[in-house]
Amino acid sequence: MSTAIDAFTIVCVAAGVFFYVAGTVGLLRFPDSPSRLHALTKADNLGLGLVALGLLPREPSVLGALKIVVIWALVMLSGASTAQLIGRVLRRGRR
Amino acid sequence: MSIQTFLDIALALLVIGVAVWTIVARDLFVAVVAYAVYGLFLALVWIRMYAPDVALTEAAVGGGVTGVLLVAAGKRLDMSAIDIDRQKPSTTLAILAAGCSILFAGVLMIVILSLPAPAPTLAPQAAAAASGPGAGLGNPITAVLMSYRSFDTMLEKVVLILAVVGVWSVGADQAWGAAPAPFGPDRPYDALVFLAKALAPVGAIIGFHIFWTGADAPGGAFQGGALLAAMWMVALMARLIELPRIDARWLRLALVAGPAVFLAVGIAGAMLAGSFFAYPSAFAKPLILSIEAFMVLSIAVALTMLVAGPPYRKGAP
Repeated sequence: MSTAIDAFTIVCVAAGVFFYVAGTVGLLRFPDSPSRLHALTKADNLGLGLVALGLLPREPSVLGALKIVVIWALVMLSGASTAQLIGRVLRRGRR
Repeated sequence: MSIQTFLDIALALLVIGVAVWTIVARDLFVAVVAYAVYGLFLALVWIRMYAPDVALTEAAVGGGVTGVLLVAAGKRLDMSAIDIDRQKPSTTLAILAAGCSILFAGVLMIVILSLPAPAPTLAPQAAAAASGPGAGLGNPITAVLMSYRSFDTMLEKVVLILAVVGVWSVGADQAWGAAPAPFGPDRPYDALVFLAKALAPVGAIIGFHIFWTGADAPGGAFQGGALLAAMWMVALMARLIELPRIDARWLRLALVAGPAVFLAVGIAGAMLAGSFFAYPSAFAKPLILSIEAFMVLSIAVALTMLVAGPPYRKGAP
Protein backbone atom coordinates (compact mmCIF):
# COMPACT_ATOMS: atom_id res chain seq x y z
CA MET A 1 0.00 0.00 0.00
CA SER A 2 2.71 2.45 0.98
CA THR A 3 4.60 1.68 -2.26
CA ALA A 4 1.49 2.59 -4.23
CA ILE A 5 1.15 5.86 -2.29
CA ASP A 6 4.84 6.64 -2.85
CA ALA A 7 4.50 5.98 -6.58
CA PHE A 8 1.36 8.17 -6.73
CA THR A 9 3.19 11.03 -4.94
CA ILE A 10 6.26 10.74 -7.18
CA VAL A 11 4.19 10.72 -10.38
CA CYS A 12 1.99 13.65 -9.31
CA VAL A 13 4.76 15.87 -7.92
CA ALA A 14 6.99 15.13 -10.93
CA ALA A 15 4.14 16.13 -13.26
CA GLY A 16 3.62 19.28 -11.17
CA VAL A 17 7.32 20.14 -11.40
CA PHE A 18 7.10 19.61 -15.17
CA PHE A 19 4.36 22.26 -15.40
CA TYR A 20 6.38 24.62 -13.21
CA VAL A 21 9.43 24.23 -15.44
CA ALA A 22 7.32 24.63 -18.58
CA GLY A 23 5.66 27.72 -17.11
CA THR A 24 9.01 29.24 -16.19
CA VAL A 25 10.48 28.54 -19.62
CA GLY A 26 7.39 30.14 -21.17
CA LEU A 27 7.69 33.14 -18.86
CA LEU A 28 11.29 33.64 -19.95
CA ARG A 29 10.97 32.81 -23.66
CA PHE A 30 7.50 33.90 -24.85
CA PRO A 31 7.56 37.10 -26.88
CA ASP A 32 4.71 39.17 -25.41
CA SER A 33 3.11 39.73 -22.02
CA PRO A 34 -0.27 37.95 -22.63
CA SER A 35 1.53 34.74 -23.69
CA ARG A 36 3.85 35.01 -20.70
CA LEU A 37 0.80 35.41 -18.48
CA HIS A 38 -0.69 32.32 -20.12
CA ALA A 39 2.47 30.32 -19.33
CA LEU A 40 2.52 31.54 -15.74
CA THR A 41 -1.07 30.53 -14.94
CA LYS A 42 -0.29 26.95 -16.06
CA ALA A 43 2.38 26.77 -13.34
CA ASP A 44 -0.01 28.23 -10.75
CA ASN A 45 -3.04 26.09 -11.49
CA LEU A 46 -1.79 22.75 -12.81
CA GLY A 47 1.69 22.73 -11.27
CA LEU A 48 0.60 23.55 -7.75
CA GLY A 49 -2.56 21.46 -8.18
CA LEU A 50 -0.55 18.34 -9.05
CA VAL A 51 1.97 18.95 -6.26
CA ALA A 52 -0.92 19.36 -3.79
CA LEU A 53 -2.62 16.23 -5.14
CA GLY A 54 0.60 14.26 -4.75
CA LEU A 55 1.01 15.39 -1.13
CA LEU A 56 -2.61 14.68 -0.12
CA PRO A 57 -2.25 10.92 0.66
CA ARG A 58 0.86 11.64 2.79
CA GLU A 59 -1.10 13.90 5.14
CA PRO A 60 -2.07 11.90 8.25
CA SER A 61 -5.06 14.01 9.31
CA VAL A 62 -8.14 14.97 7.30
CA LEU A 63 -7.83 18.57 8.55
CA GLY A 64 -4.26 18.80 7.22
CA ALA A 65 -5.36 17.46 3.83
CA LEU A 66 -8.18 20.00 3.80
CA LYS A 67 -5.65 22.79 4.46
CA ILE A 68 -3.61 21.70 1.42
CA VAL A 69 -6.75 21.84 -0.76
CA VAL A 70 -7.65 25.29 0.64
CA ILE A 71 -4.12 26.58 -0.10
CA TRP A 72 -4.41 25.37 -3.68
CA ALA A 73 -7.86 26.98 -4.06
CA LEU A 74 -6.61 30.29 -2.62
CA VAL A 75 -3.60 30.38 -4.95
CA MET A 76 -5.89 29.64 -7.91
CA LEU A 77 -8.25 32.44 -6.87
CA SER A 78 -5.51 35.04 -6.42
CA GLY A 79 -3.52 33.82 -9.44
CA ALA A 80 -6.50 33.98 -11.79
CA SER A 81 -7.56 37.41 -10.50
CA THR A 82 -4.04 38.82 -10.73
CA ALA A 83 -3.70 37.52 -14.30
CA GLN A 84 -6.98 39.27 -15.16
CA LEU A 85 -5.77 42.52 -13.59
CA ILE A 86 -2.40 42.43 -15.38
CA GLY A 87 -4.24 41.66 -18.63
CA ARG A 88 -6.56 44.66 -18.18
CA VAL A 89 -3.64 46.98 -17.47
CA LEU A 90 -1.86 45.66 -20.58
CA ARG A 91 -4.90 46.29 -22.77
CA ARG A 92 -5.32 49.78 -21.38
CA GLY A 93 -1.67 50.54 -21.97
CA ARG A 94 -1.83 49.40 -25.62
CA ARG A 95 -4.80 51.57 -26.53
CA MET B 1 27.21 16.57 0.71
CA SER B 2 23.55 15.75 1.20
CA ILE B 3 20.87 17.05 -1.13
CA GLN B 4 19.61 19.36 1.65
CA THR B 5 22.97 21.10 1.98
CA PHE B 6 22.99 21.53 -1.78
CA LEU B 7 19.49 23.08 -1.71
CA ASP B 8 20.46 25.33 1.21
CA ILE B 9 23.50 26.66 -0.65
CA ALA B 10 21.35 27.23 -3.75
CA LEU B 11 18.81 29.12 -1.60
CA ALA B 12 21.55 31.27 -0.05
CA LEU B 13 22.95 32.10 -3.49
CA LEU B 14 19.44 32.99 -4.69
CA VAL B 15 18.95 35.36 -1.75
CA ILE B 16 22.27 37.08 -2.48
CA GLY B 17 21.42 37.23 -6.19
CA VAL B 18 18.02 38.85 -5.54
CA ALA B 19 19.65 41.28 -3.08
CA VAL B 20 22.13 42.35 -5.78
CA TRP B 21 19.24 42.64 -8.28
CA THR B 22 17.40 44.94 -5.82
CA ILE B 23 20.43 47.25 -5.67
CA VAL B 24 21.40 47.35 -9.33
CA ALA B 25 17.85 47.55 -10.77
CA ARG B 26 17.62 50.71 -12.89
CA ASP B 27 13.87 50.99 -12.57
CA LEU B 28 12.39 51.92 -9.19
CA PHE B 29 9.37 49.63 -9.67
CA VAL B 30 11.62 46.68 -10.56
CA ALA B 31 13.69 47.35 -7.45
CA VAL B 32 10.54 47.30 -5.28
CA VAL B 33 9.38 44.02 -6.82
CA ALA B 34 12.86 42.54 -6.34
CA TYR B 35 12.78 43.63 -2.70
CA ALA B 36 9.44 41.87 -2.12
CA VAL B 37 10.84 38.72 -3.77
CA TYR B 38 13.88 39.04 -1.50
CA GLY B 39 11.55 39.07 1.52
CA LEU B 40 9.83 35.89 0.34
CA PHE B 41 13.16 34.09 -0.18
CA LEU B 42 14.26 35.25 3.26
CA ALA B 43 11.11 33.64 4.67
CA LEU B 44 12.26 30.35 3.10
CA VAL B 45 15.67 30.81 4.76
CA TRP B 46 13.95 31.21 8.15
CA ILE B 47 11.97 28.00 7.48
CA ARG B 48 15.25 26.18 6.82
CA MET B 49 16.61 27.55 10.11
CA TYR B 50 13.60 25.99 11.89
CA ALA B 51 12.08 29.36 12.77
CA PRO B 52 8.56 29.18 11.28
CA ASP B 53 7.34 32.06 13.48
CA VAL B 54 9.95 34.41 12.05
CA ALA B 55 9.29 33.05 8.55
CA LEU B 56 5.58 33.91 8.86
CA THR B 57 6.40 37.44 9.98
CA GLU B 58 9.00 37.89 7.24
CA ALA B 59 6.60 36.69 4.53
CA ALA B 60 3.76 38.90 5.80
CA VAL B 61 5.78 42.03 6.58
CA GLY B 62 8.95 41.75 4.47
CA GLY B 63 7.28 40.32 1.39
CA GLY B 64 3.78 41.73 1.73
CA VAL B 65 3.24 44.93 3.70
CA THR B 66 6.65 46.48 2.96
CA GLY B 67 6.17 45.74 -0.74
CA VAL B 68 2.79 47.50 -0.79
CA LEU B 69 4.24 50.35 1.29
CA LEU B 70 7.10 50.86 -1.17
CA VAL B 71 4.86 50.61 -4.25
CA ALA B 72 2.50 53.19 -2.71
CA ALA B 73 5.42 55.48 -1.83
CA GLY B 74 6.89 55.05 -5.33
CA LYS B 75 3.52 55.91 -6.89
CA ARG B 76 3.47 59.18 -4.95
CA LEU B 77 6.99 59.93 -6.18
CA ASP B 78 5.92 59.03 -9.72
CA MET B 79 8.37 56.18 -10.27
CA SER B 80 8.67 56.59 -14.01
CA ALA B 81 9.71 60.24 -13.67
CA ILE B 82 12.78 59.39 -11.63
CA ASP B 83 15.74 58.85 -13.91
CA ILE B 84 18.28 56.95 -11.87
CA ASP B 85 20.91 57.11 -14.62
CA ARG B 86 20.90 60.89 -14.71
CA GLN B 87 21.54 61.11 -10.97
CA LYS B 88 24.70 59.05 -11.18
CA PRO B 89 27.06 59.88 -8.31
CA SER B 90 30.59 61.02 -9.04
CA THR B 91 33.38 58.42 -9.16
CA THR B 92 34.88 59.65 -5.88
CA LEU B 93 31.53 59.27 -4.12
CA ALA B 94 31.01 55.82 -5.61
CA ILE B 95 34.48 54.64 -4.49
CA LEU B 96 33.90 56.13 -1.03
CA ALA B 97 30.52 54.40 -0.69
CA ALA B 98 31.96 51.09 -1.88
CA GLY B 99 34.87 51.43 0.58
CA CYS B 100 32.52 52.13 3.50
CA SER B 101 30.34 49.15 2.55
CA ILE B 102 33.34 46.80 2.31
CA LEU B 103 34.67 48.09 5.65
CA PHE B 104 31.29 47.59 7.31
CA ALA B 105 30.84 44.09 5.89
CA GLY B 106 34.43 43.19 6.85
CA VAL B 107 34.06 44.36 10.46
CA LEU B 108 30.73 42.56 10.72
CA MET B 109 32.33 39.37 9.40
CA ILE B 110 35.23 39.60 11.90
CA VAL B 111 32.83 40.20 14.78
CA ILE B 112 30.65 37.22 13.83
CA LEU B 113 33.64 34.92 13.25
CA SER B 114 35.26 35.90 16.57
CA LEU B 115 32.18 35.06 18.63
CA PRO B 116 33.03 32.54 21.36
CA ALA B 117 31.69 29.04 20.86
CA PRO B 118 29.12 28.34 22.10
CA ALA B 119 27.81 31.86 21.45
CA PRO B 120 26.56 33.70 24.53
CA THR B 121 22.79 33.46 24.62
CA LEU B 122 19.88 34.25 26.89
CA ALA B 123 17.75 31.60 25.20
CA PRO B 124 17.92 28.96 28.00
CA GLN B 125 16.91 31.52 30.67
CA ALA B 126 14.17 32.87 28.42
CA ALA B 127 12.86 29.38 27.68
CA ALA B 128 12.98 28.47 31.36
CA ALA B 129 11.20 31.66 32.40
CA ALA B 130 8.64 31.35 29.64
CA SER B 131 7.84 27.72 30.33
CA GLY B 132 7.74 28.26 34.08
CA PRO B 133 4.64 29.09 36.09
CA GLY B 134 2.59 31.90 34.69
CA ALA B 135 3.13 31.09 31.05
CA GLY B 136 0.67 28.35 30.13
CA LEU B 137 1.38 28.60 26.40
CA GLY B 138 2.40 25.75 24.12
CA ASN B 139 4.39 27.93 21.73
CA PRO B 140 7.69 28.97 23.39
CA ILE B 141 8.10 31.91 20.96
CA THR B 142 4.81 33.49 22.02
CA ALA B 143 5.62 32.69 25.65
CA VAL B 144 8.97 34.53 25.39
CA LEU B 145 7.38 37.48 23.54
CA MET B 146 4.47 37.87 25.95
CA SER B 147 5.93 36.80 29.25
CA TYR B 148 9.74 36.94 29.25
CA ARG B 149 10.20 40.20 27.33
CA SER B 150 6.69 41.62 27.55
CA PHE B 151 7.87 45.21 28.03
CA ASP B 152 9.84 45.10 24.74
CA THR B 153 6.88 43.61 22.91
CA MET B 154 4.66 46.41 24.22
CA LEU B 155 7.17 49.11 23.21
CA GLU B 156 7.43 47.66 19.68
CA LYS B 157 3.74 48.40 19.20
CA VAL B 158 4.25 51.92 20.58
CA VAL B 159 6.92 52.41 17.89
CA LEU B 160 4.35 51.38 15.24
CA ILE B 161 1.91 54.01 16.56
CA LEU B 162 4.66 56.66 16.56
CA ALA B 163 5.35 55.76 12.92
CA VAL B 164 1.66 56.33 12.09
CA VAL B 165 1.77 59.70 13.88
CA GLY B 166 4.89 60.55 11.87
CA VAL B 167 3.18 59.68 8.57
CA TRP B 168 0.08 61.70 9.50
CA SER B 169 2.14 64.74 10.44
CA VAL B 170 3.55 64.90 6.90
CA GLY B 171 0.10 65.82 5.54
CA ALA B 172 -0.88 69.38 4.64
CA ASP B 173 -2.40 71.55 7.38
CA GLN B 174 -5.66 72.02 5.43
CA ALA B 175 -6.06 68.27 5.15
CA TRP B 176 -5.68 67.56 8.87
CA GLY B 177 -8.41 65.27 10.14
CA ALA B 178 -9.44 64.12 6.66
CA ALA B 179 -9.08 60.59 5.36
CA PRO B 180 -5.92 59.55 3.48
CA ALA B 181 -6.10 59.46 -0.32
CA PRO B 182 -8.11 56.46 -1.60
CA PHE B 183 -6.18 53.31 -2.49
CA GLY B 184 -7.46 52.76 -6.00
CA PRO B 185 -9.26 54.37 -8.93
CA ASP B 186 -12.89 55.44 -8.51
CA ARG B 187 -14.07 52.53 -10.67
CA PRO B 188 -11.84 49.53 -9.94
CA TYR B 189 -11.69 46.54 -12.31
CA ASP B 190 -14.38 43.90 -11.85
CA ALA B 191 -11.70 41.24 -11.30
CA LEU B 192 -10.32 43.17 -8.32
CA VAL B 193 -13.80 43.62 -6.83
CA PHE B 194 -14.42 39.88 -7.24
CA LEU B 195 -11.05 39.05 -5.67
CA ALA B 196 -11.72 41.32 -2.70
CA LYS B 197 -15.21 39.89 -2.15
CA ALA B 198 -13.98 36.29 -2.34
CA LEU B 199 -10.57 36.59 -0.67
CA ALA B 200 -11.07 39.14 2.12
CA PRO B 201 -13.50 37.09 4.28
CA VAL B 202 -11.39 33.91 3.93
CA GLY B 203 -8.16 35.83 4.58
CA ALA B 204 -9.67 37.48 7.66
CA ILE B 205 -10.59 34.07 9.08
CA ILE B 206 -7.04 32.81 8.40
CA GLY B 207 -5.66 35.94 10.10
CA PHE B 208 -7.72 35.28 13.24
CA HIS B 209 -6.71 31.61 13.07
CA ILE B 210 -2.99 32.48 12.92
CA PHE B 211 -3.38 34.76 15.94
CA TRP B 212 -5.40 32.17 17.89
CA THR B 213 -3.16 29.21 17.06
CA GLY B 214 -0.09 31.30 17.97
CA ALA B 215 -0.58 30.31 21.62
CA ASP B 216 0.36 26.71 20.89
CA ALA B 217 1.81 26.58 17.35
CA PRO B 218 3.72 28.88 14.98
CA GLY B 219 1.77 32.10 14.53
CA GLY B 220 0.91 35.03 16.74
CA ALA B 221 -0.41 38.55 17.04
CA PHE B 222 1.90 40.25 14.54
CA GLN B 223 1.47 37.65 11.79
CA GLY B 224 -2.31 37.57 12.25
CA GLY B 225 -2.50 41.37 12.41
CA ALA B 226 -0.45 41.74 9.22
CA LEU B 227 -2.78 39.34 7.40
CA LEU B 228 -5.86 41.25 8.61
CA ALA B 229 -4.25 44.50 7.44
CA ALA B 230 -3.62 42.93 4.01
CA MET B 231 -7.27 41.89 3.73
CA TRP B 232 -8.43 45.37 4.76
CA MET B 233 -6.16 46.81 2.05
CA VAL B 234 -7.59 44.46 -0.60
CA ALA B 235 -11.11 45.60 0.30
CA LEU B 236 -9.93 49.24 0.22
CA MET B 237 -8.32 48.81 -3.21
CA ALA B 238 -11.56 47.37 -4.59
CA ARG B 239 -13.36 50.38 -3.00
CA LEU B 240 -15.74 48.05 -1.15
CA ILE B 241 -15.06 50.23 1.89
CA GLU B 242 -13.50 53.66 2.25
CA LEU B 243 -10.62 54.77 4.48
CA PRO B 244 -11.70 56.33 7.78
CA ARG B 245 -10.99 59.95 8.66
CA ILE B 246 -7.84 60.12 10.76
CA ASP B 247 -9.66 62.05 13.48
CA ALA B 248 -12.26 59.27 13.85
CA ARG B 249 -12.57 58.32 17.51
CA TRP B 250 -12.77 54.55 16.87
CA LEU B 251 -9.66 54.62 14.68
CA ARG B 252 -7.55 56.27 17.35
CA LEU B 253 -8.93 53.98 20.06
CA ALA B 254 -8.13 50.94 17.91
CA LEU B 255 -4.58 52.22 17.35
CA VAL B 256 -3.77 52.58 21.05
CA ALA B 257 -5.88 49.64 22.29
CA GLY B 258 -3.10 47.04 22.13
CA PRO B 259 -0.34 48.88 24.05
CA ALA B 260 -2.92 50.45 26.41
CA VAL B 261 -4.41 47.10 27.44
CA PHE B 262 -0.90 45.64 27.68
CA LEU B 263 0.24 48.47 29.96
CA ALA B 264 -2.90 48.25 32.10
CA VAL B 265 -2.34 44.51 32.62
CA GLY B 266 1.34 45.20 33.37
CA ILE B 267 0.47 47.75 36.06
CA ALA B 268 -2.20 45.45 37.48
CA GLY B 269 0.49 42.75 37.61
CA ALA B 270 2.66 45.03 39.74
CA MET B 271 -0.13 45.21 42.30
CA LEU B 272 -1.65 41.74 42.11
CA ALA B 273 1.16 39.38 41.05
CA GLY B 274 4.13 41.01 42.71
CA SER B 275 6.01 42.59 39.82
CA PHE B 276 5.54 44.82 36.79
CA PHE B 277 4.24 42.76 33.83
CA ALA B 278 3.86 39.59 35.93
CA TYR B 279 0.71 37.58 35.26
CA PRO B 280 -1.17 35.79 38.06
CA SER B 281 -0.39 32.16 37.23
CA ALA B 282 -4.00 31.00 37.63
CA PHE B 283 -5.21 32.83 34.53
CA ALA B 284 -2.05 33.76 32.65
CA LYS B 285 -3.16 32.24 29.36
CA PRO B 286 -6.54 34.01 29.05
CA LEU B 287 -4.83 37.25 30.06
CA ILE B 288 -2.10 36.86 27.42
CA LEU B 289 -4.65 35.94 24.74
CA SER B 290 -6.82 38.96 25.51
CA ILE B 291 -3.79 41.28 25.39
CA GLU B 292 -2.86 39.72 22.05
CA ALA B 293 -6.40 40.18 20.72
CA PHE B 294 -6.13 43.94 21.26
CA MET B 295 -2.60 43.89 19.83
CA VAL B 296 -3.92 42.24 16.64
CA LEU B 297 -6.43 45.08 16.29
CA SER B 298 -3.75 47.76 16.82
CA ILE B 299 -1.27 46.11 14.45
CA ALA B 300 -3.85 45.67 11.67
CA VAL B 301 -4.98 49.31 11.94
CA ALA B 302 -1.42 50.69 12.26
CA LEU B 303 -0.05 48.78 9.25
CA THR B 304 -3.00 49.79 7.06
CA MET B 305 -2.76 53.45 8.08
CA LEU B 306 1.01 53.39 7.42
CA VAL B 307 0.37 52.21 3.86
CA ALA B 308 -2.57 54.63 3.42
CA GLY B 309 -0.28 57.61 4.03
CA PRO B 310 -0.96 61.16 5.25
CA PRO B 311 -4.44 62.76 5.27
CA TYR B 312 -5.49 64.12 1.91
CA ARG B 313 -7.88 66.79 0.71
CA LYS B 314 -8.42 67.79 -2.89
CA GLY B 315 -6.65 71.04 -3.65
CA ALA B 316 -4.47 70.99 -0.55
CA PRO B 317 -0.76 70.92 -1.40
